[in-house]
Amino acid sequence: MMLKVENLSIHFEDRSEKEEVVKNVSFAVEAGDILGIVGESGSGKTMTALTIAGLLKKHAVLDGGRIWLDDTDLLTLSEKEMRRIQGNEIGMIFQEPMTALNPTMRIGKQVEEALLLHDRPWGREGRKDSGAAAGKKMTKAERRQLALRALEEVELENPGELYRKYPYELSGGMRQRVMIAAAMVCRPKLLIADEPTTALDVGTQESILNLLKKLNRKYGMSILFISHNLRVVNTLCSRVLVMKDGQTVEEGECREIFENPQSEYTRELIAAIPARTRENRYYDLLRRKKKAGEPFAGKDFGSQSCKCLL
Amino acid sequence: MKRKLTSHNFILGAVITAIMLSLILLGFVWTPYDPEAMQGSLKLHGPSLTHPFGTDQFGRDILSRVLSGAGSTLLIALGTILLGGIIGILAGALTGYFGGWLDEGLMRVNDALAAFPSVLLALVMIALLGPGTYKVMLALGIAFIPSFARIVRGEFLRLREMDYVTSAKLIGVSTPRILFVHILPNILPALLSALAIGFNNAVLAEASMSYLGIGVQPPDASLGRMLSESQTYLAGGPWCAVFPGLFLVLLILGVGLLGEGILDQFGGGR
Repeated sequence: MMLKVENLSIHFEDRSEKEEVVKNVSFAVEAGDILGIVGESGSGKTMTALTIAGLLKKHAVLDGGRIWLDDTDLLTLSEKEMRRIQGNEIGMIFQEPMTALNPTMRIGKQVEEALLLHDRPWGREGRKDSGAAAGKKMTKAERRQLALRALEEVELENPGELYRKYPYELSGGMRQRVMIAAAMVCRPKLLIADEPTTALDVGTQESILNLLKKLNRKYGMSILFISHNLRVVNTLCSRVLVMKDGQTVEEGECREIFENPQSEYTRELIAAIPARTRENRYYDLLRRKKKAGEPFAGKDFGSQSCKCLL
Repeated sequence: MKRKLTSHNFILGAVITAIMLSLILLGFVWTPYDPEAMQGSLKLHGPSLTHPFGTDQFGRDILSRVLSGAGSTLLIALGTILLGGIIGILAGALTGYFGGWLDEGLMRVNDALAAFPSVLLALVMIALLGPGTYKVMLALGIAFIPSFARIVRGEFLRLREMDYVTSAKLIGVSTPRILFVHILPNILPALLSALAIGFNNAVLAEASMSYLGIGVQPPDASLGRMLSESQTYLAGGPWCAVFPGLFLVLLILGVGLLGEGILDQFGGGR
Protein backbone atom coordinates (compact mmCIF):
# COMPACT_ATOMS: atom_id res chain seq x y z
CA MET A 1 0.00 0.00 0.00
CA MET A 2 1.50 3.28 -1.00
CA LEU A 3 -1.01 6.11 -0.96
CA LYS A 4 -4.13 5.58 1.06
CA VAL A 5 -6.81 8.20 1.51
CA GLU A 6 -9.29 7.46 4.26
CA ASN A 7 -12.61 9.23 4.76
CA LEU A 8 -11.37 12.56 3.48
CA SER A 9 -13.86 15.39 3.97
CA ILE A 10 -13.30 19.01 3.09
CA HIS A 11 -15.59 22.00 3.04
CA PHE A 12 -15.22 25.57 1.87
CA GLU A 13 -16.01 28.21 4.37
CA ASP A 14 -17.04 31.49 2.88
CA ARG A 15 -18.11 33.70 5.78
CA SER A 16 -21.20 31.96 7.06
CA GLU A 17 -21.90 29.68 4.13
CA LYS A 18 -20.59 26.17 4.30
CA GLU A 19 -20.09 24.19 1.16
CA GLU A 20 -18.98 20.59 1.26
CA VAL A 21 -16.64 19.83 -1.61
CA VAL A 22 -15.22 16.47 -0.66
CA LYS A 23 -17.40 14.05 1.30
CA ASN A 24 -15.97 10.99 2.92
CA VAL A 25 -13.75 9.92 0.05
CA SER A 26 -11.51 6.89 0.42
CA PHE A 27 -9.24 5.22 -2.06
CA ALA A 28 -5.80 3.72 -2.37
CA VAL A 29 -3.03 3.69 -4.92
CA GLU A 30 -0.71 0.71 -4.86
CA ALA A 31 2.97 1.16 -5.53
CA GLY A 32 3.56 1.25 -9.26
CA ASP A 33 -0.13 1.54 -10.02
CA ILE A 34 -2.05 4.17 -11.97
CA LEU A 35 -5.35 5.30 -10.53
CA GLY A 36 -7.61 7.55 -12.53
CA ILE A 37 -10.06 9.91 -10.86
CA VAL A 38 -12.90 10.85 -13.17
CA GLY A 39 -15.64 13.36 -12.63
CA GLU A 40 -17.12 16.53 -13.99
CA SER A 41 -15.97 20.00 -12.97
CA GLY A 42 -16.69 20.64 -9.33
CA SER A 43 -16.76 16.99 -8.39
CA GLY A 44 -13.92 17.53 -5.92
CA LYS A 45 -11.23 15.68 -7.79
CA THR A 46 -8.76 18.55 -7.93
CA MET A 47 -9.42 19.46 -4.29
CA THR A 48 -8.58 15.90 -3.32
CA ALA A 49 -5.37 16.03 -5.31
CA LEU A 50 -4.29 19.38 -3.92
CA THR A 51 -4.95 18.17 -0.40
CA ILE A 52 -2.73 15.15 -0.95
CA ALA A 53 -0.03 17.46 -2.27
CA GLY A 54 -0.36 19.60 0.85
CA LEU A 55 -1.93 22.61 -0.78
CA LEU A 56 -5.23 23.11 0.92
CA LYS A 57 -6.69 26.38 -0.31
CA LYS A 58 -7.07 29.21 2.17
CA HIS A 59 -10.81 29.03 2.60
CA ALA A 60 -10.91 25.24 2.58
CA VAL A 61 -11.32 23.48 5.90
CA LEU A 62 -10.42 19.90 6.56
CA ASP A 63 -13.22 18.07 8.34
CA GLY A 64 -11.52 14.79 8.81
CA GLY A 65 -9.76 11.90 7.26
CA ARG A 66 -6.27 10.60 6.86
CA ILE A 67 -3.85 10.56 3.97
CA TRP A 68 -1.21 7.89 4.33
CA LEU A 69 1.89 7.95 2.19
CA ASP A 70 3.43 4.64 3.14
CA ASP A 71 3.52 4.96 6.93
CA THR A 72 3.25 8.73 7.27
CA ASP A 73 -0.01 10.53 7.80
CA LEU A 74 0.49 13.60 5.65
CA LEU A 75 -2.25 15.54 7.39
CA THR A 76 -0.43 15.45 10.74
CA LEU A 77 2.83 16.82 9.37
CA SER A 78 3.99 20.34 10.06
CA GLU A 79 4.49 22.70 7.17
CA LYS A 80 8.23 22.18 7.34
CA GLU A 81 7.97 18.40 7.36
CA MET A 82 5.51 18.56 4.49
CA ARG A 83 7.94 20.66 2.50
CA ARG A 84 10.45 17.85 2.67
CA ILE A 85 7.92 15.52 1.08
CA GLN A 86 6.62 17.92 -1.55
CA GLY A 87 8.59 17.62 -4.75
CA ASN A 88 10.67 14.86 -3.24
CA GLU A 89 8.15 12.08 -2.64
CA ILE A 90 5.17 13.65 -4.37
CA GLY A 91 5.37 15.42 -7.71
CA MET A 92 2.54 17.18 -9.43
CA ILE A 93 1.80 18.42 -12.92
CA PHE A 94 -0.96 20.71 -14.03
CA GLN A 95 -3.43 21.17 -16.80
CA GLU A 96 -2.17 24.38 -18.33
CA PRO A 97 1.37 24.03 -19.62
CA MET A 98 1.31 27.64 -20.72
CA THR A 99 1.09 29.03 -17.20
CA ALA A 100 2.72 26.27 -15.21
CA LEU A 101 6.24 27.34 -16.11
CA ASN A 102 7.73 30.57 -14.84
CA PRO A 103 8.23 32.85 -17.86
CA THR A 104 11.32 34.51 -16.41
CA MET A 105 13.28 31.40 -15.45
CA ARG A 106 15.33 29.26 -17.78
CA ILE A 107 14.05 25.72 -18.35
CA GLY A 108 17.10 24.19 -16.70
CA LYS A 109 16.69 26.25 -13.53
CA GLN A 110 13.05 25.25 -13.23
CA VAL A 111 13.82 21.58 -13.57
CA GLU A 112 16.62 21.93 -11.03
CA GLU A 113 14.56 23.82 -8.47
CA ALA A 114 13.48 20.66 -6.66
CA LEU A 115 17.07 19.44 -6.44
CA LEU A 116 18.08 22.70 -4.86
CA LEU A 117 15.57 22.22 -2.08
CA HIS A 118 15.81 18.55 -1.37
CA ASP A 119 19.10 17.57 0.05
CA ARG A 120 19.14 14.01 -1.05
CA PRO A 121 17.08 13.42 -4.12
CA TRP A 122 16.99 9.93 -5.45
CA GLY A 123 17.82 9.00 -1.90
CA ARG A 124 16.18 5.63 -2.13
CA GLU A 125 18.72 4.67 -4.74
CA GLY A 126 21.56 6.10 -2.72
CA ARG A 127 22.03 8.58 -5.50
CA LYS A 128 23.85 6.08 -7.58
CA ASP A 129 22.74 7.96 -10.62
CA SER A 130 24.36 11.22 -9.68
CA GLY A 131 27.61 9.67 -8.61
CA ALA A 132 27.72 11.81 -5.50
CA ALA A 133 28.14 10.62 -1.96
CA ALA A 134 24.88 10.37 -0.10
CA GLY A 135 24.09 13.11 2.36
CA LYS A 136 26.23 15.75 0.78
CA LYS A 137 24.76 18.79 -0.81
CA MET A 138 24.72 18.65 -4.56
CA THR A 139 27.08 20.72 -6.59
CA LYS A 140 25.91 22.86 -9.45
CA ALA A 141 27.35 20.45 -12.00
CA GLU A 142 25.57 17.49 -10.42
CA ARG A 143 22.29 19.32 -10.46
CA ARG A 144 22.80 20.23 -14.06
CA GLN A 145 23.59 16.65 -14.92
CA LEU A 146 20.44 15.38 -13.24
CA ALA A 147 18.32 18.07 -14.88
CA LEU A 148 19.69 17.17 -18.29
CA ARG A 149 18.95 13.53 -17.65
CA ALA A 150 15.42 14.35 -16.55
CA LEU A 151 14.89 16.29 -19.78
CA GLU A 152 16.19 13.31 -21.71
CA GLU A 153 13.87 10.96 -19.84
CA VAL A 154 10.83 12.88 -20.97
CA GLU A 155 12.04 12.40 -24.53
CA LEU A 156 12.93 15.97 -25.26
CA GLU A 157 15.55 16.44 -27.91
CA ASN A 158 18.68 18.44 -27.37
CA PRO A 159 18.48 18.87 -23.59
CA GLY A 160 21.69 20.88 -23.52
CA GLU A 161 20.20 23.57 -25.67
CA LEU A 162 16.81 23.38 -23.99
CA TYR A 163 18.43 23.87 -20.61
CA ARG A 164 19.19 27.48 -21.50
CA LYS A 165 15.88 28.32 -23.12
CA TYR A 166 12.90 30.21 -21.74
CA PRO A 167 9.37 28.77 -21.70
CA TYR A 168 8.08 31.10 -24.41
CA GLU A 169 10.41 29.42 -26.89
CA LEU A 170 8.67 26.05 -26.38
CA SER A 171 5.45 24.55 -27.68
CA GLY A 172 2.66 23.39 -25.40
CA GLY A 173 3.61 19.74 -25.63
CA MET A 174 7.25 20.51 -24.92
CA ARG A 175 6.29 22.59 -21.90
CA GLN A 176 4.20 19.77 -20.53
CA ARG A 177 7.20 17.49 -20.91
CA VAL A 178 9.37 20.01 -19.11
CA MET A 179 6.76 20.08 -16.32
CA ILE A 180 6.95 16.31 -16.08
CA ALA A 181 10.75 16.46 -16.03
CA ALA A 182 10.62 19.01 -13.19
CA ALA A 183 8.17 16.87 -11.26
CA MET A 184 10.23 13.73 -11.86
CA VAL A 185 13.69 15.05 -11.16
CA CYS A 186 13.66 13.89 -7.54
CA ARG A 187 12.12 10.55 -8.47
CA PRO A 188 8.92 10.91 -6.47
CA LYS A 189 7.05 7.81 -5.46
CA LEU A 190 3.81 9.42 -6.48
CA LEU A 191 3.04 11.68 -9.40
CA ILE A 192 -0.22 13.58 -9.29
CA ALA A 193 -1.31 14.58 -12.77
CA ASP A 194 -4.20 17.04 -12.74
CA GLU A 195 -5.72 16.90 -16.21
CA PRO A 196 -2.28 17.04 -17.81
CA THR A 197 -3.54 16.48 -21.33
CA THR A 198 -6.71 18.54 -21.37
CA ALA A 199 -5.10 21.63 -22.86
CA LEU A 200 -3.19 19.71 -25.53
CA ASP A 201 -4.21 18.63 -29.00
CA VAL A 202 -5.08 15.00 -29.55
CA GLY A 203 -1.74 13.98 -30.99
CA THR A 204 0.30 15.58 -28.22
CA GLN A 205 -2.15 14.15 -25.71
CA GLU A 206 -1.43 10.68 -26.95
CA SER A 207 2.33 11.09 -26.75
CA ILE A 208 2.17 12.55 -23.23
CA LEU A 209 0.03 9.61 -22.10
CA ASN A 210 2.52 7.20 -23.61
CA LEU A 211 5.31 9.01 -21.83
CA LEU A 212 3.52 8.79 -18.47
CA LYS A 213 2.95 5.11 -18.97
CA LYS A 214 6.60 4.57 -19.84
CA LEU A 215 7.80 6.47 -16.80
CA ASN A 216 5.39 4.52 -14.64
CA ARG A 217 6.74 1.21 -15.91
CA LYS A 218 10.38 2.19 -15.88
CA TYR A 219 10.55 3.66 -12.39
CA GLY A 220 7.58 1.96 -10.75
CA MET A 221 6.22 5.39 -9.97
CA SER A 222 2.56 5.50 -8.96
CA ILE A 223 0.38 7.97 -10.75
CA LEU A 224 -2.80 9.61 -9.59
CA PHE A 225 -4.35 10.69 -12.85
CA ILE A 226 -7.16 13.20 -12.74
CA SER A 227 -9.29 13.71 -15.79
CA HIS A 228 -12.79 14.28 -17.00
CA ASN A 229 -12.08 12.21 -20.05
CA LEU A 230 -13.07 8.58 -19.49
CA ARG A 231 -11.48 7.45 -22.69
CA VAL A 232 -8.09 8.85 -21.69
CA VAL A 233 -8.40 7.23 -18.28
CA ASN A 234 -9.22 3.94 -19.91
CA THR A 235 -6.07 3.94 -22.01
CA LEU A 236 -3.77 4.85 -19.15
CA CYS A 237 -5.10 3.66 -15.83
CA SER A 238 -5.53 0.26 -14.30
CA ARG A 239 -8.01 1.40 -11.69
CA VAL A 240 -10.54 4.18 -11.76
CA LEU A 241 -12.46 6.17 -9.18
CA VAL A 242 -15.59 7.96 -10.33
CA MET A 243 -16.55 11.04 -8.34
CA LYS A 244 -19.61 13.24 -8.32
CA ASP A 245 -20.43 16.18 -6.07
CA GLY A 246 -17.51 15.34 -3.81
CA GLN A 247 -18.55 11.76 -3.29
CA THR A 248 -17.25 8.46 -4.55
CA VAL A 249 -19.64 6.97 -7.05
CA GLU A 250 -17.73 3.90 -7.94
CA GLU A 251 -14.24 2.49 -7.70
CA GLY A 252 -12.65 -0.53 -9.30
CA GLU A 253 -10.62 -2.04 -12.08
CA CYS A 254 -10.81 0.03 -15.21
CA ARG A 255 -11.95 -2.81 -17.41
CA GLU A 256 -14.63 -3.95 -15.00
CA ILE A 257 -16.10 -0.53 -14.63
CA PHE A 258 -16.16 0.01 -18.35
CA GLU A 259 -17.71 -3.34 -19.09
CA ASN A 260 -20.04 -3.53 -16.18
CA PRO A 261 -20.69 -0.15 -14.60
CA GLN A 262 -22.65 -0.48 -11.37
CA SER A 263 -24.06 3.00 -11.02
CA GLU A 264 -26.34 4.93 -13.28
CA TYR A 265 -23.96 7.90 -13.24
CA THR A 266 -21.02 5.89 -14.54
CA ARG A 267 -23.22 4.47 -17.26
CA GLU A 268 -24.15 7.99 -18.26
CA LEU A 269 -20.52 9.04 -18.29
CA ILE A 270 -19.59 6.15 -20.53
CA ALA A 271 -22.49 6.90 -22.80
CA ALA A 272 -21.26 10.46 -23.05
CA ILE A 273 -18.03 9.44 -24.73
CA PRO A 274 -18.43 10.80 -28.24
CA ALA A 275 -19.45 8.12 -30.67
CA ARG A 276 -17.68 7.54 -33.91
CA THR A 277 -17.40 10.91 -35.50
CA ARG A 278 -16.38 11.60 -39.02
CA GLU A 279 -12.86 12.19 -37.74
CA ASN A 280 -12.80 8.84 -36.03
CA ARG A 281 -13.98 7.13 -39.15
CA TYR A 282 -11.18 8.81 -41.01
CA TYR A 283 -8.62 7.43 -38.60
CA ASP A 284 -10.26 4.02 -38.86
CA LEU A 285 -9.77 4.20 -42.58
CA LEU A 286 -6.12 5.11 -42.14
CA ARG A 287 -5.67 2.26 -39.71
CA ARG A 288 -7.17 -0.22 -42.09
CA LYS A 289 -5.00 1.03 -44.90
CA LYS A 290 -1.94 0.76 -42.72
CA LYS A 291 -2.78 -2.78 -41.78
CA ALA A 292 -3.22 -3.70 -45.42
CA GLY A 293 0.10 -2.08 -46.24
CA GLU A 294 -1.56 0.42 -48.53
CA PRO A 295 -0.13 3.90 -48.90
CA PHE A 296 -2.12 6.53 -47.04
CA ALA A 297 -2.31 10.26 -46.94
CA GLY A 298 -1.74 10.50 -43.20
CA LYS A 299 1.98 10.83 -43.37
CA ASP A 300 1.66 13.51 -45.99
CA PHE A 301 0.58 15.85 -43.24
CA GLY A 302 3.91 15.10 -41.69
CA SER A 303 2.17 15.53 -38.40
CA GLN A 304 2.62 13.54 -35.29
CA SER A 305 -1.06 13.33 -34.59
CA CYS A 306 -1.91 11.09 -37.52
CA LYS A 307 0.95 8.74 -36.90
CA CYS A 308 0.45 8.20 -33.25
CA LEU A 309 -3.24 7.62 -33.60
CA LEU A 310 -2.54 4.71 -35.85
CA MET B 1 16.47 36.78 -24.18
CA LYS B 2 17.26 38.32 -27.48
CA ARG B 3 14.47 40.49 -28.71
CA LYS B 4 14.44 43.25 -31.21
CA LEU B 5 14.10 46.71 -29.80
CA THR B 6 10.86 47.74 -31.41
CA SER B 7 9.59 50.41 -29.05
CA HIS B 8 10.44 53.91 -30.23
CA ASN B 9 9.70 55.21 -26.76
CA PHE B 10 12.24 52.82 -25.34
CA ILE B 11 14.98 53.71 -27.82
CA LEU B 12 14.42 57.47 -27.66
CA GLY B 13 14.07 57.42 -23.86
CA ALA B 14 17.21 55.34 -23.46
CA VAL B 15 19.23 57.69 -25.67
CA ILE B 16 18.04 60.88 -23.95
CA THR B 17 18.47 59.36 -20.50
CA ALA B 18 21.94 58.12 -21.35
CA ILE B 19 23.02 61.57 -22.58
CA MET B 20 21.56 63.36 -19.56
CA LEU B 21 23.04 60.86 -17.13
CA SER B 22 26.50 61.11 -18.67
CA LEU B 23 26.30 64.91 -18.45
CA ILE B 24 25.33 64.67 -14.78
CA LEU B 25 28.07 62.14 -14.07
CA LEU B 26 30.50 64.44 -15.82
CA GLY B 27 29.28 67.19 -13.51
CA PHE B 28 30.41 65.19 -10.49
CA VAL B 29 34.04 65.15 -11.60
CA TRP B 30 34.40 68.17 -13.83
CA THR B 31 32.64 71.45 -14.46
CA PRO B 32 34.00 74.22 -16.69
CA TYR B 33 34.13 76.62 -13.71
CA ASP B 34 33.75 76.31 -9.99
CA PRO B 35 29.93 76.34 -9.63
CA GLU B 36 30.21 78.52 -6.54
CA ALA B 37 32.89 80.96 -7.74
CA MET B 38 31.45 84.44 -8.13
CA GLN B 39 32.81 86.92 -10.64
CA GLY B 40 31.60 90.41 -9.87
CA SER B 41 32.45 91.68 -13.33
CA LEU B 42 30.26 89.08 -15.06
CA LYS B 43 26.85 89.52 -13.42
CA LEU B 44 23.93 88.35 -15.59
CA HIS B 45 25.86 87.99 -18.80
CA GLY B 46 24.02 86.23 -21.59
CA PRO B 47 25.26 83.03 -23.25
CA SER B 48 28.68 83.49 -24.82
CA LEU B 49 31.57 81.33 -25.96
CA THR B 50 33.24 81.42 -22.54
CA HIS B 51 29.95 80.89 -20.65
CA PRO B 52 27.67 78.92 -22.99
CA PHE B 53 24.67 79.11 -20.64
CA GLY B 54 25.49 82.63 -19.41
CA THR B 55 26.06 83.74 -15.83
CA ASP B 56 23.70 84.45 -12.94
CA GLN B 57 23.20 87.41 -10.67
CA PHE B 58 26.44 86.71 -8.78
CA GLY B 59 28.43 86.07 -11.92
CA ARG B 60 28.47 82.29 -11.43
CA ASP B 61 28.72 80.11 -14.53
CA ILE B 62 25.27 78.64 -15.15
CA LEU B 63 26.50 75.63 -17.13
CA SER B 64 28.66 74.59 -14.18
CA ARG B 65 25.80 75.16 -11.77
CA VAL B 66 23.35 73.21 -13.93
CA LEU B 67 25.74 70.27 -14.07
CA SER B 68 26.41 70.18 -10.33
CA GLY B 69 22.83 71.10 -9.46
CA ALA B 70 21.47 68.27 -11.59
CA GLY B 71 23.86 66.03 -9.65
CA SER B 72 22.21 66.80 -6.32
CA THR B 73 18.77 66.56 -7.90
CA LEU B 74 19.70 63.13 -9.26
CA LEU B 75 21.04 61.96 -5.90
CA ILE B 76 17.90 63.02 -4.10
CA ALA B 77 15.66 61.42 -6.73
CA LEU B 78 17.62 58.16 -6.67
CA GLY B 79 17.66 58.08 -2.88
CA THR B 80 13.94 58.71 -2.84
CA ILE B 81 13.00 55.90 -5.20
CA LEU B 82 15.52 53.58 -3.55
CA LEU B 83 14.00 54.13 -0.11
CA GLY B 84 10.39 54.29 -1.32
CA GLY B 85 11.01 51.43 -3.74
CA ILE B 86 12.53 48.99 -1.26
CA ILE B 87 9.95 49.57 1.45
CA GLY B 88 7.17 49.73 -1.14
CA ILE B 89 8.24 46.44 -2.73
CA LEU B 90 8.44 44.70 0.63
CA ALA B 91 5.07 46.01 1.76
CA GLY B 92 3.44 45.31 -1.60
CA ALA B 93 4.88 41.80 -1.86
CA LEU B 94 3.81 40.80 1.65
CA THR B 95 0.32 42.28 1.45
CA GLY B 96 -0.32 41.06 -2.08
CA TYR B 97 0.91 37.55 -1.47
CA PHE B 98 -0.50 36.86 1.98
CA GLY B 99 -3.61 39.01 2.00
CA GLY B 100 -5.67 38.79 5.18
CA TRP B 101 -5.31 41.13 8.13
CA LEU B 102 -1.74 42.07 7.19
CA ASP B 103 -3.05 43.30 3.87
CA GLU B 104 -5.91 45.17 5.49
CA GLY B 105 -3.65 46.81 8.05
CA LEU B 106 -0.77 47.85 5.84
CA MET B 107 -3.00 48.97 3.01
CA ARG B 108 -5.03 51.23 5.31
CA VAL B 109 -1.77 52.87 6.44
CA ASN B 110 -0.88 53.09 2.79
CA ASP B 111 -4.20 54.72 1.96
CA ALA B 112 -3.69 57.22 4.75
CA LEU B 113 -0.25 58.09 3.38
CA ALA B 114 -1.56 58.29 -0.16
CA ALA B 115 -4.40 60.56 0.85
CA PHE B 116 -2.00 63.49 1.11
CA PRO B 117 -0.14 64.83 -1.91
CA SER B 118 3.38 63.53 -1.55
CA VAL B 119 4.96 66.99 -1.62
CA LEU B 120 2.67 68.16 1.15
CA LEU B 121 3.55 65.11 3.20
CA ALA B 122 7.23 65.74 2.61
CA LEU B 123 6.74 69.38 3.62
CA VAL B 124 5.28 68.34 6.94
CA MET B 125 8.16 65.99 7.54
CA ILE B 126 10.68 68.68 6.65
CA ALA B 127 8.92 70.97 9.07
CA LEU B 128 9.51 68.34 11.76
CA LEU B 129 13.01 67.28 10.72
CA GLY B 130 14.43 70.55 9.44
CA PRO B 131 15.76 71.16 5.94
CA GLY B 132 18.75 69.44 4.33
CA THR B 133 19.61 67.22 1.41
CA TYR B 134 19.34 63.89 3.26
CA LYS B 135 16.22 64.89 5.11
CA VAL B 136 14.55 65.75 1.82
CA MET B 137 15.52 62.30 0.57
CA LEU B 138 14.04 60.65 3.66
CA ALA B 139 10.87 62.71 3.57
CA LEU B 140 10.24 62.14 -0.13
CA GLY B 141 11.18 58.48 0.20
CA ILE B 142 8.50 57.91 2.83
CA ALA B 143 5.99 59.94 0.88
CA PHE B 144 6.64 57.79 -2.20
CA ILE B 145 6.12 54.41 -0.51
CA PRO B 146 2.37 54.14 -1.23
CA SER B 147 2.67 54.48 -4.99
CA PHE B 148 5.16 51.60 -5.22
CA ALA B 149 3.44 49.46 -2.62
CA ARG B 150 0.16 49.61 -4.47
CA ILE B 151 1.61 48.62 -7.84
CA VAL B 152 3.66 45.77 -6.39
CA ARG B 153 0.71 44.54 -4.36
CA GLY B 154 -1.50 44.41 -7.42
CA GLU B 155 1.06 42.43 -9.37
CA PHE B 156 1.65 39.94 -6.54
CA LEU B 157 -2.08 39.55 -6.12
CA ARG B 158 -2.33 38.67 -9.80
CA LEU B 159 0.68 36.36 -9.93
CA ARG B 160 0.21 34.42 -6.70
CA GLU B 161 -2.58 32.45 -8.37
CA MET B 162 -0.41 31.43 -11.31
CA ASP B 163 0.24 27.74 -11.77
CA TYR B 164 3.97 28.19 -11.64
CA VAL B 165 3.68 29.65 -8.17
CA THR B 166 1.53 26.72 -7.08
CA SER B 167 4.00 24.36 -8.62
CA ALA B 168 6.89 26.06 -6.81
CA LYS B 169 4.95 25.61 -3.57
CA LEU B 170 4.45 21.99 -4.48
CA ILE B 171 8.14 21.41 -4.85
CA GLY B 172 8.52 22.73 -1.34
CA VAL B 173 10.06 26.10 -2.17
CA SER B 174 10.20 28.40 0.86
CA THR B 175 7.97 31.45 0.90
CA PRO B 176 10.71 34.12 0.69
CA ARG B 177 12.17 32.33 -2.31
CA ILE B 178 8.77 32.19 -3.99
CA LEU B 179 8.28 35.89 -3.34
CA PHE B 180 11.61 37.15 -4.56
CA VAL B 181 12.99 34.51 -6.92
CA HIS B 182 9.83 33.18 -8.52
CA ILE B 183 7.46 36.14 -8.55
CA LEU B 184 9.52 39.33 -8.36
CA PRO B 185 11.30 38.90 -11.74
CA ASN B 186 7.90 38.59 -13.36
CA ILE B 187 6.78 42.01 -12.19
CA LEU B 188 9.94 43.77 -13.36
CA PRO B 189 8.38 45.47 -16.40
CA ALA B 190 5.64 47.02 -14.30
CA LEU B 191 8.02 47.74 -11.45
CA LEU B 192 10.74 49.37 -13.57
CA SER B 193 8.24 51.55 -15.30
CA ALA B 194 6.76 52.55 -11.93
CA LEU B 195 10.27 53.33 -10.72
CA ALA B 196 10.88 55.50 -13.78
CA ILE B 197 7.68 57.43 -13.16
CA GLY B 198 8.58 57.62 -9.48
CA PHE B 199 12.00 58.97 -10.40
CA ASN B 200 10.41 61.72 -12.43
CA ASN B 201 8.01 62.61 -9.67
CA ALA B 202 10.93 62.68 -7.24
CA VAL B 203 12.91 65.02 -9.51
CA LEU B 204 9.91 67.31 -9.72
CA ALA B 205 9.20 67.06 -6.00
CA GLU B 206 12.79 67.91 -5.17
CA ALA B 207 12.64 70.83 -7.57
CA SER B 208 9.43 72.13 -6.02
CA MET B 209 10.77 71.72 -2.50
CA SER B 210 14.01 73.51 -3.35
CA TYR B 211 11.93 76.11 -5.14
CA LEU B 212 10.09 76.65 -1.89
CA GLY B 213 13.45 77.00 -0.19
CA ILE B 214 13.34 73.87 1.98
CA GLY B 215 15.35 71.49 -0.15
CA VAL B 216 18.99 71.85 -0.98
CA GLN B 217 20.48 74.75 0.96
CA PRO B 218 22.57 77.53 -0.59
CA PRO B 219 25.24 77.88 -1.80
CA ASP B 220 24.75 74.33 -3.18
CA ALA B 221 22.94 74.27 -6.47
CA SER B 222 19.96 72.18 -7.42
CA LEU B 223 17.79 72.58 -10.46
CA GLY B 224 14.76 73.59 -8.44
CA ARG B 225 16.74 76.11 -6.39
CA MET B 226 18.20 77.63 -9.56
CA LEU B 227 14.71 78.05 -10.96
CA SER B 228 13.45 79.75 -7.84
CA GLU B 229 16.47 82.04 -7.60
CA SER B 230 16.23 83.07 -11.22
CA GLN B 231 12.64 84.13 -10.79
CA THR B 232 13.58 87.68 -9.94
CA TYR B 233 15.77 88.05 -13.01
CA LEU B 234 13.42 86.58 -15.58
CA ALA B 235 13.26 89.86 -17.53
CA GLY B 236 16.93 90.77 -17.35
CA GLY B 237 18.46 87.30 -17.62
CA PRO B 238 15.99 84.71 -18.86
CA TRP B 239 18.86 82.25 -19.48
CA CYS B 240 19.14 81.86 -15.72
CA ALA B 241 15.79 80.06 -15.78
CA VAL B 242 15.74 78.65 -19.30
CA PHE B 243 18.76 76.37 -19.09
CA PRO B 244 18.09 74.70 -15.73
CA GLY B 245 14.46 74.34 -16.82
CA LEU B 246 15.43 72.83 -20.12
CA PHE B 247 17.78 70.41 -18.42
CA LEU B 248 15.03 69.37 -16.01
CA VAL B 249 12.56 68.89 -18.85
CA LEU B 250 14.97 66.77 -20.90
CA LEU B 251 15.87 64.58 -17.93
CA ILE B 252 12.23 63.95 -17.13
CA LEU B 253 11.30 63.43 -20.75
CA GLY B 254 14.06 60.86 -21.20
CA VAL B 255 13.22 58.85 -18.09
CA GLY B 256 9.49 59.13 -18.77
CA LEU B 257 9.86 57.77 -22.28
CA LEU B 258 12.12 55.06 -20.95
CA GLY B 259 9.54 54.03 -18.38
CA GLU B 260 6.80 53.85 -20.95
CA GLY B 261 9.14 52.08 -23.36
CA ILE B 262 9.95 49.38 -20.80
CA LEU B 263 6.28 48.45 -20.66
CA ASP B 264 5.97 48.52 -24.45
CA GLN B 265 9.10 46.51 -24.93
CA PHE B 266 9.01 43.91 -22.18
CA GLY B 267 5.51 43.97 -20.74
CA GLY B 268 3.90 42.78 -23.95
CA GLY B 269 3.33 39.25 -22.72
CA ARG B 270 0.44 40.26 -20.54
